[in-house]
Amino acid sequence: MQSHVLSLVTEGGAAAAGATGITAYAWLLIALPALGAALLLLGGRRTDSFGPLLATALSWGSFLVGAAIFVSMLGKGAEERAGQLDLWNFIPAGQYQLTAGLLVDQLSISFVLLITFVGSLIHVYSLGYMEHDPDKRRFFAYLNLFVAAMLVLVLGDSYLMTFLGWEGVGLASYLLIGFWNHNPAYASAANKAFFVNRVGDLGLLGAMMAMFAAFGAVDFATVNEGIGSASTTTATVIGLLLLLAACGKSAQFPLQSWLGDAMAGPTPVSALIHAATMVTAGVYLIIRSHAVFEAAPNAQLAVAIVGAITLLYGAIVGCAKDDIKKALAASTMSQIGYMMLAAGLGPIGYAFAIFHLLTHGFFKAGMFLGAGSVMHGMKDQVDMRRFGGLSTFLKITWGTFMLGWLAILGVPPFAGFWSKDKIIESAFAVGGTRGWILGLITLIGAGITAFYMSRLFFMTFHGKRRWTEEGPNAQHPHESPLTMTVPMMILAVGSASLGLILHFAGFSEWLHPVFGGEAHEEHTNWPLMGVTLLLVAGGAAYAWLRYGKEEVPVRAPQGNLLTQAARADLYQDAINEGLFMRPGLHLTRALVFTDSKGVDGTAGGLAATVGGFSSRLRRLQNGYARSYALTMLTGVVAVLGALWVMN
Amino acid sequence: MSAAVPAVFEAVKIDYAAIAPMLVVALGALIGVLVEAFVGRTSRYAVQLGVAVVTLLAAMVALWVWAAPNKGVTLGQSMSIDGPTIFLQGALLLFGLLGVLAMSERFGGSSADAFTPMGASAPGSVQEGAATKAGYQTTEVFPLALFAIFGMMIFVGANDLITMFVALEVFSLPLYILTGLARRRRLLSQEASLKYFLLGAFSSAFFLFGAALLYGFAGSSDFKLIARAITTHSSMMNGLLLPGTILVLIGLLFKVGAVPFHSWTPDAYQGAPTPVTGFMAAATKAAAFGAILRFTYVAVEAGRWDWRLVVGIIAAITMIVGAVMSVTQTDMKRLLAYSSVAHAGFILVGVLAFDATAIGGVMFYLVAYGLATIAAFAIVALVRQGGSEATHLSQWAGLGKKHPVLAGLFGLLLLAFAGIPLTSGFTAKFAAFAPAVAHGGTMGVVLVVIGVLASAVTAYVYFRIIVLMYFTEPAEDVAALTPSVTTTVVVTVGVLATLLLGIVPSLVLDLAQQASLFLL
Repeated sequence: MQSHVLSLVTEGGAAAAGATGITAYAWLLIALPALGAALLLLGGRRTDSFGPLLATALSWGSFLVGAAIFVSMLGKGAEERAGQLDLWNFIPAGQYQLTAGLLVDQLSISFVLLITFVGSLIHVYSLGYMEHDPDKRRFFAYLNLFVAAMLVLVLGDSYLMTFLGWEGVGLASYLLIGFWNHNPAYASAANKAFFVNRVGDLGLLGAMMAMFAAFGAVDFATVNEGIGSASTTTATVIGLLLLLAACGKSAQFPLQSWLGDAMAGPTPVSALIHAATMVTAGVYLIIRSHAVFEAAPNAQLAVAIVGAITLLYGAIVGCAKDDIKKALAASTMSQIGYMMLAAGLGPIGYAFAIFHLLTHGFFKAGMFLGAGSVMHGMKDQVDMRRFGGLSTFLKITWGTFMLGWLAILGVPPFAGFWSKDKIIESAFAVGGTRGWILGLITLIGAGITAFYMSRLFFMTFHGKRRWTEEGPNAQHPHESPLTMTVPMMILAVGSASLGLILHFAGFSEWLHPVFGGEAHEEHTNWPLMGVTLLLVAGGAAYAWLRYGKEEVPVRAPQGNLLTQAARADLYQDAINEGLFMRPGLHLTRALVFTDSKGVDGTAGGLAATVGGFSSRLRRLQNGYARSYALTMLTGVVAVLGALWVMN
Repeated sequence: MSAAVPAVFEAVKIDYAAIAPMLVVALGALIGVLVEAFVGRTSRYAVQLGVAVVTLLAAMVALWVWAAPNKGVTLGQSMSIDGPTIFLQGALLLFGLLGVLAMSERFGGSSADAFTPMGASAPGSVQEGAATKAGYQTTEVFPLALFAIFGMMIFVGANDLITMFVALEVFSLPLYILTGLARRRRLLSQEASLKYFLLGAFSSAFFLFGAALLYGFAGSSDFKLIARAITTHSSMMNGLLLPGTILVLIGLLFKVGAVPFHSWTPDAYQGAPTPVTGFMAAATKAAAFGAILRFTYVAVEAGRWDWRLVVGIIAAITMIVGAVMSVTQTDMKRLLAYSSVAHAGFILVGVLAFDATAIGGVMFYLVAYGLATIAAFAIVALVRQGGSEATHLSQWAGLGKKHPVLAGLFGLLLLAFAGIPLTSGFTAKFAAFAPAVAHGGTMGVVLVVIGVLASAVTAYVYFRIIVLMYFTEPAEDVAALTPSVTTTVVVTVGVLATLLLGIVPSLVLDLAQQASLFLL
């Protein structure tokens, strides 16, 4: 691979505007998976045999291009790494010209590598996981479509391009959540995700309209430049609308309700879209719009608050869930809450938000794949109360899952330690009341995370066996095939080492040119790290006492009020129904009534009037040439008469 | 013909290159007459069709090669071969070609299917039966169509009232005959022909009366001299000018079917053989609007403030009546006739803008409408029940289920008539209405508002047909015949042009705008 990359670097002589060398081929990143999706969807059943393999190969191809671009960027000076690639004139409208372009900089290439690498691994995993599904080809087409759209999202050089990708991943997500749409519950889960995301999308559209009104453009460069001289109100409005968009896509409070249900999709989808990549798009949007939030301190605070609320929300819900995928989904929500909070801290937190996003992408995807592997071996059972003691049966899964578990807990030297700990430190470093509140929340969150993730780990892999060992529905836990375990192992290696590598490779400095401003000193707050680790150890130990050592009841106990609330996702659906759905239904009914009685009545009445007029007029057309001639003559006389009167 | 009687008779200068296309068509028509006399009956159809097609193609080449580079006023001021003339003559030749191809449809029989074997026989008579038995065929339709095209080509270039009147009669007379030649429902056809003739003669009288008044006013029938007279004469003479202008205009408005001079339209459209209706609707409208443009923009433009309002009212009434009347029609051909009335109103709105861009817009509209119309009538001719054309709307029910492609194409043409974007109907309406808003003053805006409302009413009518074709149970034993190559060509060209002009209107619109300069 290395030699291939190097040859590409040397041969890539053709230069596009602003982008040179291999960067000029950045469009290939998107084109390859898009081609795959098109071939598989249009090719139909003819591509059944080789389609999945082709899709996987194209996804890897996209990764290779990304890696080559990354390597070529490393070879340049820090300020020259970013490249702009104009593709074509997207919307020529008189004075206003919008070019479809790609922005390849440190931020987007970090995402590109995450998306294509994890995405490709999950393609491989799916080869095993979806082996017996009759619609395998369609699944891989959607996966490729997702990868292409996600790359458009992170590579676009304007909000419009990002929006294009934003909608593309929304579509792919919808299609994949409802992939098994013969199950009505899954289909409605897809619809739920779709609807909630529409609310967020409205935010992004609104933000673009506000930008267009204020700056006359929606590309990042113009907006970043113009926001400095714009009023705080404008910046706040744009910032809050962007936050709304981010909340929708990243399942942040108050638009978090769809993520749990989205687990209806096949597990590889949950791993790729609803853990590693798409749901982090909101964080990307906030970070990409850092200039807007820096100009609007209130909007920035709102980002941090939303992150803090979601962080705790997800953590609390995660403690009560017995469905392994829903528990992981709650954890995803909570971890993205961390990222949002970091993004809301200002320049001090941007790099750590992305840092955590990358490490999270690895360890969470790894754990989801692990969960998929468990389900694969347990006849699609997802209830953790029916697991237990699986560590002896699924050794590889157990091992890889453990690395992910240690990573999310933030145990040194695993990945999460390097990223999450920095977020906690940065939150405290903000100072003042704000710093204390946000810092304490992240600290408490770390403790709860340790508890529920340990709970999940122990309930699944340790303790007594609680699955059905006999009878017709007997489960025979078995390890998954290599196509599934190898990606898990690779991700586990990432979970273990990525934090260390990125930390010592200087990831923050690498990202720095994207944000500009002054570089700040990194100093480690040792006492705080000690407290964090103590809390984590405490949470994990408590989980061990409750779920590792003690017997776990197969039926969930009633639990206290908080547990019940957490099981019901803190009543999010009830709240949504009460606040939005019912008034919405009434509004719809009222509108339908107005439409059928008022609008249709007017239209119908108008049509009837025209019709009546028409039938009366028709009598003039009686077929007699003499009366036609009389009509003409009358017309002539009338015209001449009118002229005579007028003059 | 010219104002001052020349002291010495001088032969007028004739620029043969400029008038070559007309000569070619006239020659083709005359050859057609000879063919009718000397070629054997069995081969006549093929020879006539060949002569007509070759003539029209040759005329197009002549237009391109000779006439276009030799613009100018020729034949002693009586013909002006300028941008609009060349553009409209090209359009007329194209309409003629498509019309002739549509008329030649035989459905595998021995003669053109739409025409009676013996036009002179009484319907249902012994002679008619004998003619049918003997396999007579009315191949005269081809030279007749060529004569009509010849007349129309002169009409759009005519630069004085006398030439214009002669041209009017030259193209009207063949159309009267063609209208009466339908093979089926012959009585209806003959009745239509007679009505068309009587009312046409009536309107010609108005035209002539107006021409006489204008001659009295200007002392000349030459457009240039009339225009000069309007600017130089005192307003005392308005008593001749205004009625003269209006009466000439009425004669022309009759041809486009403007209300209240439209009464012949539904009857003639319904009675005429369907391919003739399509040809007539497209070509007559183009020719007559060409003449209206020249007359109003060149001859009487300076006096327009006196009569513009009245013509504006006619345009408004035309749009309203055309749209409203189409609502209650039950016959496809009558419906399309009222639609053509409404379209005449829309085009008039563009004419009344009195701006160079309006000339281009109106000519674009004529091309877009003409191509869609010929294709639409060609499709109407295909839908049959028990051997005769099924033109009643109830017979079109469920056609989309039996013939999805055909109904789909017809639906597309209807969308164009309704002015839905991505079809030529939208771009054409835009091209005609935009100058009216920009340069037509208050009246222009009011007319455009009326036009848009009328469009909404007609859209209802067209969508009703689409609903009828696709969402109702099929009518019994109504079927569309399989068209031969000629009809296929006509429909394909019409539909493609409708789409193309809707998506990239600049192809033709630019051409029309460049050709919008009248020469005096």
